[in-house]
Amino acid sequence: MNWQQLPILQVILPLLAAPCCLLLRRSRWAWGFASLVGCLAFLIAAKQLHVIHNSPAGAISYQLGDWVAPFGIEYRLDRLSGLVLVVVTAIAAVALSVSRRLLKGEVPEERHHLFFAIFLLCLTGLSGIVSTGDLFNVFVFLEIASLSSYVLISMGRDRRALLAAFQYLVMGTIGSTFLLIGIGLAYMMTGTLNMADLAERLTMTLGSVYGEGASLENPALPVNQTRTILAAFGFLTVGLALKLALFPLHAWLPNAYATAPTVVSTFLAGTSTKVAYYVLLRIIFTIFGLTFAFQQVGLQYLLTPLAVTAILVASAIAAYQADLRRLLAYSSVAQIGYLVLGLSFATHAGVTAGIVHLFNHALMKSGLFLVVGCIATRQSGLTLESIRGLGRRMPLTMAAFVVGGLGLIGVPMTSGFVSKWLLVSAALEHDRWLVAVLVLVGSLLAIVYVWRVIEAAYFQSPDETGSDEVGEAPVGLLLAAWVLLGATLVLGVYTDLTVGLAREAATTLLGGGS
Amino acid sequence: MGLFNYWAVIALMMIGFYTVIARNNLIKTMIGLGIFQVSVFMLYISMGKVADGTAPIRVQSEVGATVYSNPVPHVLILTAIVVGVATTALGLALIIRIRETYGSIEEDEILEMDQQS
Amino acid sequence: MSPQSLVLAAVVMPLVTAVLVAACGRRPNLRETVTLVSGGLLLGVVCLLVGSVDARPEVNVIDVIPGSFDRPAISIGFHVEPLGVLFALVASGLWIVTSVYAIGYMRGHGEQNQTRFFACFAVAIAAVMGIAFSRNLLTLFLFYEVLTLSTYPLVTHHGTEAAKRAGRTYLGILMGTSVVGLLLAILWTWQLAGTLEFRVGGILDGHVEPVTAGVLLALFAFGTGKAALMPLHRWLPAAMVAPTPVSALLHAVAVVKAGVFTILKVGVYIFGTDLLSSSGASVWLMYVAGASLLTASLIALTRDNLKERLAYSTISQLAYIVLGVALATRSGVIGSGMHIVMHAFGKITLFFCAGAILIAAHKTRVSELDGLGRRMPWTFAAFSVGALSVIGLPPVGGSWSKWFLALGTVEAGQWPLLGALMISSLLNIAYLVPIPLRAFFRDAPPGVGGDEETGGEAPVACVVPLCLTASGCVVLFFCADPIYQFLLSVTVN
Repeated sequence: MNWQQLPILQVILPLLAAPCCLLLRRSRWAWGFASLVGCLAFLIAAKQLHVIHNSPAGAISYQLGDWVAPFGIEYRLDRLSGLVLVVVTAIAAVALSVSRRLLKGEVPEERHHLFFAIFLLCLTGLSGIVSTGDLFNVFVFLEIASLSSYVLISMGRDRRALLAAFQYLVMGTIGSTFLLIGIGLAYMMTGTLNMADLAERLTMTLGSVYGEGASLENPALPVNQTRTILAAFGFLTVGLALKLALFPLHAWLPNAYATAPTVVSTFLAGTSTKVAYYVLLRIIFTIFGLTFAFQQVGLQYLLTPLAVTAILVASAIAAYQADLRRLLAYSSVAQIGYLVLGLSFATHAGVTAGIVHLFNHALMKSGLFLVVGCIATRQSGLTLESIRGLGRRMPLTMAAFVVGGLGLIGVPMTSGFVSKWLLVSAALEHDRWLVAVLVLVGSLLAIVYVWRVIEAAYFQSPDETGSDEVGEAPVGLLLAAWVLLGATLVLGVYTDLTVGLAREAATTLLGGGS
Repeated sequence: MGLFNYWAVIALMMIGFYTVIARNNLIKTMIGLGIFQVSVFMLYISMGKVADGTAPIRVQSEVGATVYSNPVPHVLILTAIVVGVATTALGLALIIRIRETYGSIEEDEILEMDQQS
Repeated sequence: MSPQSLVLAAVVMPLVTAVLVAACGRRPNLRETVTLVSGGLLLGVVCLLVGSVDARPEVNVIDVIPGSFDRPAISIGFHVEPLGVLFALVASGLWIVTSVYAIGYMRGHGEQNQTRFFACFAVAIAAVMGIAFSRNLLTLFLFYEVLTLSTYPLVTHHGTEAAKRAGRTYLGILMGTSVVGLLLAILWTWQLAGTLEFRVGGILDGHVEPVTAGVLLALFAFGTGKAALMPLHRWLPAAMVAPTPVSALLHAVAVVKAGVFTILKVGVYIFGTDLLSSSGASVWLMYVAGASLLTASLIALTRDNLKERLAYSTISQLAYIVLGVALATRSGVIGSGMHIVMHAFGKITLFFCAGAILIAAHKTRVSELDGLGRRMPWTFAAFSVGALSVIGLPPVGGSWSKWFLALGTVEAGQWPLLGALMISSLLNIAYLVPIPLRAFFRDAPPGVGGDEETGGEAPVACVVPLCLTASGCVVLFFCADPIYQFLLSVTVN
């Protein structure tokens, strides 16, 4: 088997499978095919991570059409890409395998094949973003993923899904356009779109990039000190912050996750923002480098306060939510704050913490949304009122929720604890006391909103109105939820894999930048 | 002046952005988005222009050295235009569905209808 | 069996018990047998471990935070050392006794959800074993949180609105302090010392300034909400809504002792008594503990509800143990360790009696207990013994621990605190002695009692345990020396 073609296969497989789903009119066939593709994608990603881990350079490179980089488009996967790819495809595989059950009652059966086609396109986009080593390619795949997510969200049963999708479309397009402007400005100054090449050229002087014959005022000025590049960095960061739902650009997320079909929330909650975070890591550390971003521009002065605000404010808002999905969505905004906080420390420990939390939170949040999906198959209400007493009628389902909730809080033996530990240690490493305390206060707020759900489910009696038929969730769904949330427990104990990989990825990121 | 293009870019960008934010009507929002994206296209094409360069199309009859404008931004922009078209199409489709469901395409009216239900 | 497997068995066995209890829910007698048998086995295991204390065996279960190039990995691990073994002995011994009592109480009172009760009890004991034998701060934190979570269903057992409100206070204070105080302190310690292991002489020596040590100690002391140091004590009186066996074992023995045990272990094995005494980092804690013990005793005087009075008495006695740690002298530390044992026996006796009074006479207030002693002689006799132990008078065990604590204040030159200890003992007399006195020497008010239900002693299953623990208090008076020798190796480097 020729493992060298894996990078392109990862992207082509779902891309070609999508129109095939269109042809498979029957819901069952489209679903079966899509699930198969999802599982294959996961296997390819796992194999790629394995190859990356064993390769001497710690990365695999693939040149599209055999055009030599940096003239052609290069797919470059290092440890970080491998890790994110595994997470994305794993969640896609799990979500696809249970999607048919979850779509019942939400999307009409004659539209299922359309749903799966768009889902696979979304997977293509996300896989492509992570695999590529070319900045414009990132934009293209980002748009593919975003456009498909708008469609997926709009398919929700609630009519508010339409407006939510539209608002996401507007905000997302603005974000992507900012990204495009940033890419354009960077290209203007360096003449290349390849990430590695860009990183190199940014540190060279204007004279050496433009060559002789160019009329320059200041040929000795390094490229990354020109105003154009500063503007480019600004546009790129803000554009990605919109996609990442970093406070205060998070307004699209709660509506989108709360009104989308449950499968879509499950999938997007664990992938779309994480991939945006990945791109942010790439841009800050691989392309522009530590020195530029944190010493010249002082990005930490912007990101740390925003991240801490996100953690505190979003957790507080989550505590007031009555709708389960909205609660989880605001919780996501808070957790994204943790991710960005780790990034903003700009130390090895901080970036490691961010990457570990990316992995852990993706699994936790997707698992929790899947639990909400389980509840949705048995009853129509998803508010704290309607889940009263559910702990008795759906014990396994709510137990899974408890596990996920404990992970969000950061109780020891869950993966959430490991990432919190790493994050606070990274904060204390450089005497960031206030930040450390505020992160822990964030955990306290998480206790509040998780507690509200647990209290409703276990300590309140249900309303008498005809909720007798509510039994345990379907076995397949329950199994999938437990796979994702069981991973929370397993990864809370066997931490070598995630933390080890994250540490190596962080070393590459921080060492590779200028 | 040589920077006229870039001033135009900024002007269009701001007009588009303002329209997106400040307008209630969903169609107007889409139009604003379109203007916003067009400004970016102009940015790319402006930067691709090489002094005295012609369109980057190789014509067989011309021999000898000719100065072409940089074709890469043009390629990038073609991609971006396609993306923009897809976005606009999707946005308009959503607006049609919203109109069918709510009977209105004014954002404040729609939000009010949601609050009441 | 090797000590390592014994230690693991000590932690795992109660968990297995919990599963078995849950499985036997339909057959109460089988369920109770399971509990009692495991209690016996656990006590046996811990007794076996007593012998291996000198070797200080250790076992690592799994690395939770992987090591990096500059730091070793942090694992979940256990070790056997005197303080832990002592605590485990007390907890496991009293578990059997309490289980017998609980069976009598729950059946006598017709309580619901008994399976959930006994299962959570077992998990709580497993958590206590985990805390007692923990090798590093991470393991201790893990089991500390498990203890909080597993005792929540026990506190809110009755399911009433009052119980739920109390449960919220309980959970809120304990989890809140543990996340913002204890976890922060643990992370900071790791930052400073590079390790989290409990070692003789402490791990912070040379890594920390006196002021920093003081702040770190504050985070530990206030972060350990279970030690009920004022002003974070509110959860303890709130938890008195729980059934009496819960109050007895958990809030006289397991939960609160886990709290002060944590502070003791941190003081001795993380800071080290030398560091504490030489840097003066714990002087403020002495005074906070002193204020706590006086204030709590004063409040206890004003409380008419018997369990609430005992709760405030517990808060006061816990402050004694924290004081002993803060004094950072040999006598202080030994006094603390001893007081864990003495107070456990004394307080559990008092709570058992309170429960017996509730079942037999349906009385909860001190003012209602006049003349009850004639009808419940065993109960009130045991109460008197337990009260003497808490007050600290010979020939009951509590006198030794108070003696050593007083000696500790002298060694540290803290005369005001010696005065505080004296005054507090007087206050203890004032709020405890009237109870048996009124019961024996006053007449029952007319119109009260007289129906067959309230006549006579509590059920046998309740009376036997409380007599056992009361005699234990007396026996401990004569065992003080072995305990002293046992604990000596903790402070000797």
